[in-house]
Amino acid sequence: MATYVQIDPTQKLEPFKAVKKIPLEEYFTSGHRTCQGCESALVMKMMAKAAGPRTIVLGSTGCMYVANTTYYSTSWVVPWMHTQLGSSGSAALGTAAALKALMRKGKMKKEPINVIAFCGDGGGADMGVGAISATLTHPDYNCLILLYDNESYANTDIQLSGSTPWGANTTFSTPGKMKRIMHRRWKKNMAGMMAAGHPECRYVATICMSYGLAGMNSIRKALTIGGPTFIHSLDPCPKGWDYDPYQSHEMGELAVNTGVWPLYEVEDGVLKLTGRTQQIAAGKIKRQPVRDYLLKQGRFAHFTNDDIDYFQSKVDAMWEKWLVPGVIPFRREVEEDHPPA
Amino acid sequence: MAQLATVLEDQRQTDETALITGSEAIAVACKLADVDVITAYPIRPYDTVMQYVSKLVSNGELDCEYIVAEGEHSQFEIVKHACAAGARVFCGSSGVGWMYAMEALTVTPALRVPMVAMVGNRALDDPGAFGVEHNDALTVRDLGWQLVWVDTAQEALDTALIAYRVSEDRRIFLPCAISCDGAFLTHSQALVQIPSQKKVNEFLPRYNRADLLLHPDNPITVAPQGNEDWVMEIRRQNYAAMERVSDVLREAYDHFERIFGRSYGNPFFEEFETDDADIVLMGMGTLSTPVKVAIRKMRKEGKKVGFVRMRWFRPFAAAELAECLSRFSAVGVVDRDYSFGSPYMSGVLATEVRSALYSAPGKKPPVVGFIAGLGGREVTVPDVERITEGVYNAAQGRPQPLTQWIGLRE
Repeated sequence: MATYVQIDPTQKLEPFKAVKKIPLEEYFTSGHRTCQGCESALVMKMMAKAAGPRTIVLGSTGCMYVANTTYYSTSWVVPWMHTQLGSSGSAALGTAAALKALMRKGKMKKEPINVIAFCGDGGGADMGVGAISATLTHPDYNCLILLYDNESYANTDIQLSGSTPWGANTTFSTPGKMKRIMHRRWKKNMAGMMAAGHPECRYVATICMSYGLAGMNSIRKALTIGGPTFIHSLDPCPKGWDYDPYQSHEMGELAVNTGVWPLYEVEDGVLKLTGRTQQIAAGKIKRQPVRDYLLKQGRFAHFTNDDIDYFQSKVDAMWEKWLVPGVIPFRREVEEDHPPA
Repeated sequence: MAQLATVLEDQRQTDETALITGSEAIAVACKLADVDVITAYPIRPYDTVMQYVSKLVSNGELDCEYIVAEGEHSQFEIVKHACAAGARVFCGSSGVGWMYAMEALTVTPALRVPMVAMVGNRALDDPGAFGVEHNDALTVRDLGWQLVWVDTAQEALDTALIAYRVSEDRRIFLPCAISCDGAFLTHSQALVQIPSQKKVNEFLPRYNRADLLLHPDNPITVAPQGNEDWVMEIRRQNYAAMERVSDVLREAYDHFERIFGRSYGNPFFEEFETDDADIVLMGMGTLSTPVKVAIRKMRKEGKKVGFVRMRWFRPFAAAELAECLSRFSAVGVVDRDYSFGSPYMSGVLATEVRSALYSAPGKKPPVVGFIAGLGGREVTVPDVERITEGVYNAAQGRPQPLTQWIGLRE
């Protein structure tokens, strides 16, 4: 059968069966200087481990560039290259295109090489969304774009991004005497947008490294399936969210268990809720109140009960009113929105 | 029989002549250079080159990854990364498109990525104009790009091959932008000698990223945070690379002449009717057409006027140019660009020429700047005559403005 898409073979990365089956080799090691309790550094470590040694990583500007790759003390064992803040999509595409052309033309040894470009929420959900979107429309190139979302421009002093939750206190949205809520935008639904808007992208997933094995297997699936793929990881950030670093793991669990961060994957257009999210949707466990999540973080310390109720109502709507709960915010009828005064 | 076979083979290897535009000439160069990754995005007038590339790809004449990007920033970032992963690349833009790619243009030389790009020179917005101005390409003049202005379709093709050879030389590893005046060159057809693939292969070695290749067999970390500890040393390496370009360029032009049998003389600037000239005009790109016509006319009237066309703007051959200009009693620099607030409010080229002369040992002729042909306005023969009059006045020591706008509606 003739096909218009000519795709090179990928590495066949089977899912890790259990934590104890994960290899010991590290491809993101010492040398970085991320904050204590940094979940994004954990994501980098797990991502590199999941991908293995025959991988090229492109990193756009952000925490995981500035903190990980000080000159002469790189933490990367695999080849790594900086890319510009809004360029994760282009970096992945360009690198994958070069490998494809050079191998086809006999200028480089044929071999499946993983190409991963990562970006933060600033680089991915704000500046780089156009380039990521474009890359996800190019079915010929094998590459993964991983968005590590710590919900602010955390490297530049915690400024709000399009991925910062409603109402959060950031250095660009500090509560004051006249205005308690400075950040009045709801978090952008990146994974849903990427899944819904890119018909030829074969794999989109949300992960949280509090559930590390599932996260790593998601990365392995994204690299194996072929074509451009996208993973959005929610990474609790002690500095930006203002909590004790030892709570990072718990914070990720709370984001999932309160329903604020739904875990799912869309594979060849088929949506599957995963992990705890699947259990919540199936009614096996109850969603925890968002209060349990919000009040553990200093960035929401200025919230009144009204603010918390409003936040809860938006999360409830996400699960009860959306046509595809937790994923796509289409509704059957218009609903009024009543943010607190 | 063996002899006949050799003769036939030789015939296949000979050059062809074709009537093509400047844009098409560069597309042909991409094919001859066997470029691996090309990215396109539409903006007039450069985009004609990508229309030709598209045809070459669909007809199977050029085997490359041809990617239509969603904006110039991505367009240039994609090829930047492809080039870092070992691919020979081509890209291009015009006017504000080039500006939209500015961040990518900034990091490309800093990363020592030998990208070759075409700039179809176009006036920057606003107000909109499709016509030529040189301010677009000139915005990268301080960043480590090699910048060259070509005049004919033939020169465009030849310079593209030379650009790949010099940029990809491990001593250099810097990007090169080939400027083609919008419409006057991008869209104008001329007879072009298309060299045989055999000759091109002999001239242009395969791109070898060597120790900087981003590949699992060479697991390097590229462009980490250097900060005040190392950035200065790294900048100095770029400085040294740019310093080496002149010699590598000369080697390339010599070799080009030996293989292709076409000589450009001095690679850095072309001299026209300068042997006995009293005064000279200077400029870049297709300005040479009206200037050369006007000079032929004025010479018949007994005026000994010459023309120096700057070809390579970066690196700028300051010492050689100063030595050349010391032979004349005055110089008139015609800029198809502006630099508002610059010394004497002159255009960019005039300012550079004055700067080149200041520290030169020889005689320093007065330099008068002229701004002409902005937004694609035609520079006419009477315009050139008026410019020449001003330069003669300067030669005779008559006071006059150091910057004059020519062809302006008053």
